Amino acid sequence: MTTAFQAHARPESMLLNMGPSHPAMHGTIRILLELDGEKILNAEAEVGYLHRGFEKTCEHRTWFNLLIYTDRLNYVSPLINNVGYALAVEKLCGLEAPERAQWIRVLMSELSRVSDHLTCIAAMAMDCGAFTVFLYNMKAREFLWDVIEQTTGARMTTSYIRIGGVRTDLHPDYDAVVRTAVSETRKVMKDVRGLLDKNAIFLGRTRDVGTITSEDAVSFGWTGPCLRSTGISYDVRKARPYLTYDRVAFDVPTGDRGDNFDRYFVRMAEMDQSLRIIEQCLDPLLRSRTSPLGPMIEPAEAIRAARISPPTVPVRLSPNLEGAEKAVLSEIQTGDPRYAVPSKEETYGTIEGLIAHFQYFMAGHGLRPPKGEVYVSVEGGNGELGFFLVSDGTDRPYRLHLRAPCLHIVSALSGLIKGRLVADIIPTFGSMNMIGGELDR
Amino acid sequence: MEETNVLTALRAAFPADVRETGESFGDPVVTIRPEALPAIAAFLKAEPWSYAMLLDLTCVDHPDRSERFEMVYHFLSLTANRRLRLKTDLPAVAPEIGSLTGLWRNADWLEREVFDMFGVRFSGHPDLRRLLMYDGFEGHPLRKDFPLRNRQPILPPRERT
Repeated sequence: MTTAFQAHARPESMLLNMGPSHPAMHGTIRILLELDGEKILNAEAEVGYLHRGFEKTCEHRTWFNLLIYTDRLNYVSPLINNVGYALAVEKLCGLEAPERAQWIRVLMSELSRVSDHLTCIAAMAMDCGAFTVFLYNMKAREFLWDVIEQTTGARMTTSYIRIGGVRTDLHPDYDAVVRTAVSETRKVMKDVRGLLDKNAIFLGRTRDVGTITSEDAVSFGWTGPCLRSTGISYDVRKARPYLTYDRVAFDVPTGDRGDNFDRYFVRMAEMDQSLRIIEQCLDPLLRSRTSPLGPMIEPAEAIRAARISPPTVPVRLSPNLEGAEKAVLSEIQTGDPRYAVPSKEETYGTIEGLIAHFQYFMAGHGLRPPKGEVYVSVEGGNGELGFFLVSDGTDRPYRLHLRAPCLHIVSALSGLIKGRLVADIIPTFGSMNMIGGELDR
Repeated sequence: MEETNVLTALRAAFPADVRETGESFGDPVVTIRPEALPAIAAFLKAEPWSYAMLLDLTCVDHPDRSERFEMVYHFLSLTANRRLRLKTDLPAVAPEIGSLTGLWRNADWLEREVFDMFGVRFSGHPDLRRLLMYDGFEGHPLRKDFPLRNRQPILPPRERT
């Protein structure tokens, strides 16, 4: 079977498959190339190799259960996906998370954004031969993931942001760990700037390569750092502030040429701003901190005591529920039993709590948003990450559609590399930060 | 305020084609006749409304309705920071609607995705084929009557030519 691409190729040109499994194709994408020597006459990107049927699967899961699938969209910044989905459902239900939960969400989103940009620049620089930059960035990312791991218990698939709030409070020692992560990331970024900003090899491969005009970028639906590199300062955090983004000070850096170097440069500048936001989150978080929990008794002891009279002292929860104690939970989750799981103390200690817990997880009874449809977007690592939800009033979404920022960006790839050399594909593709999980769904 | 203005303007400019205007969770929504889509989209893209970006394009399947496929478009105006949702219904048999590839370049892939997942055809699309699924795949996965655990034989290896 010949494809249209093959049929249109000149008989004397060479057809080459780049990918779907290629060391420089981060994720799986296939680029068909029609070459005249090293020159690209025509190119076509073929996607879908990582298609898991995300939207179809979600239609068959409950609103609560499908949260884990959102982790796997942009797997470098899963927390932002969680935030986007949770905000969309909350808008449908008319909910608002408590203030502390909102600050935690902002903190987690920005940590994820920095790790996303670090990963992109690491891969892009490595493909251009700058392996040191890759290692430095991975080092910084580890410090950021320390914060995430300490609180959520996982590095990538966290499922930490829940509808109506967050799963647990921050780890008691988070403050020092966040400050270390910020200062270590700053150090790494200074080194990376020193290595790349005036590096002749890096400049040669990125300056005026993969250039896109702002008109084309808008026409292709580009958002995020890639759109801002063309000079348009559209940022969802500024355009439609969500959570507490209207209460933190940050700038929206832009580029002017829209080439690979500008995309690198805007990402670096954005990380600076994200670190600024992270620092501004620490104060309100410290102020809204819940008072330390008083004395607690072990579960076995509580059972023994309960034979005589119900224990008055709270029972210690299992270590993996740390930070979700009843006293803390009211600060980080909505108290509405229709939309949130009751605390474990209530579930195991009272009959009402047990019923509420069972109802929440019983088929057809759980979280049921009112009928309606809603589109909510957040600023993801790659741009506007939107969720379009249609609810028919049952416990499963009637339709869930993801606006993946990557899809719009990658759809412009073949146009950017046409007429260039094969070597230019690598940095151009790298600067786009394609994430297979969200592109192919 | 501004949002109602665009709805009023649409009603005034296309009295026969605008079926319904309203609001959903703060976002203005307009429902139109499918035949008028390219004209209305061009109207929205042009000054003074300048919805310069096609933010998203998708479809919702309602098998119980006679007009089964509901196309949903989201437009964004960067200058005025406004969003607009545009909806239109397509029949169950041979659903087809005009393509927006001439107005927005990302419509190319977005329309291919809807064609792939729902089987909606876009007249005027330069290269309408599947985007995410492979050639030779049968059916349209996001239709409600497509079973969740449907298995299809993997295609035999292509013969070398």
